[in-house]
Amino acid sequence: MADVTTGWGGGAAPYAVNSKKLGMWLFVISDALTFSALLVAYSYVRMSNPNWPMPFEMDPAIIGATIMTFCLLSSSVTMVMAVSAAHRGLRATAAKWILATMAGGLAFVVLHTREWLHLIHEGVTPFQNPWGVPLFGATFFTLTGLHMTHVICGVVYLSVIAFGFGRGKFQSIDVEVSGLYWHFVDLVWMFIFPLVYLMSNKMP
Amino acid sequence: MSENAEHHGSRLYLYVWFWLLALTGVEVFLAYEHLPLKTMLVLLMSLSMVKAALIIAYFMHLRFEKRSLTLTLMPPLVICIILLLLFFFPDSLRLLELRPS
Repeated sequence: MADVTTGWGGGAAPYAVNSKKLGMWLFVISDALTFSALLVAYSYVRMSNPNWPMPFEMDPAIIGATIMTFCLLSSSVTMVMAVSAAHRGLRATAAKWILATMAGGLAFVVLHTREWLHLIHEGVTPFQNPWGVPLFGATFFTLTGLHMTHVICGVVYLSVIAFGFGRGKFQSIDVEVSGLYWHFVDLVWMFIFPLVYLMSNKMP
Repeated sequence: MSENAEHHGSRLYLYVWFWLLALTGVEVFLAYEHLPLKTMLVLLMSLSMVKAALIIAYFMHLRFEKRSLTLTLMPPLVICIILLLLFFFPDSLRLLELRPS
């Protein structure tokens, strides 16, 4: 067997990455397609509907969503710092950076929940809203709900990795793989933010 | 992770972070310009694709992986998204044009 692989050369490790990392990349690509389908569906009804509601006022919705974007982007930076520390073998430092990432994610979840409650208070539910365009609530809650589920799963995943890695249980590659997932969640928000919020903002 | 990427590490990541925030700022600014719906959609999506590319290349580290990984992962994703857009967007834009004004 050894002869075959060494004799063949390039065939043994065509991607030269850890199998966990390749697995996470494949998951990320398939999940990206799920989100693209939802975003295209949302954009379709948004573009073709003449009475699309524009409920997002500068304060609080747009400012809130911009702060949420800031939270996610910053948590991505703390995550790359965690990966970098993990690769240098600094377990405690890496765990602290992951905790900072989780704090960014939790801030996002809190702000987003506040936004949801604000809309629900105005009478927006997945099936009806005061503006008479039920598709608004349906697409809004599906899209942001699936994304928020990803963020919450990400925070749980990161907490497992942070405590496990801090106590010497995981390898640095596990931190890097969890980072891939976290950056992907950040990336999806980069499309939800302009499509859902900025395209439906209430002009002053 | 190559030694080279490791060294430039923090400063490179902060630089990317700065650009991502700046592009977000431009998007929020554009949202308050009175632009036609189609122009707005194209501008915002172009900026978002630049942001996505920055995140994938630097934060997700794909730029520093072996090229074969990028070539396996990205073309199917891009082709599927283009197919989605080809199926739905001409229709949605036609509905936009047919709106009674």
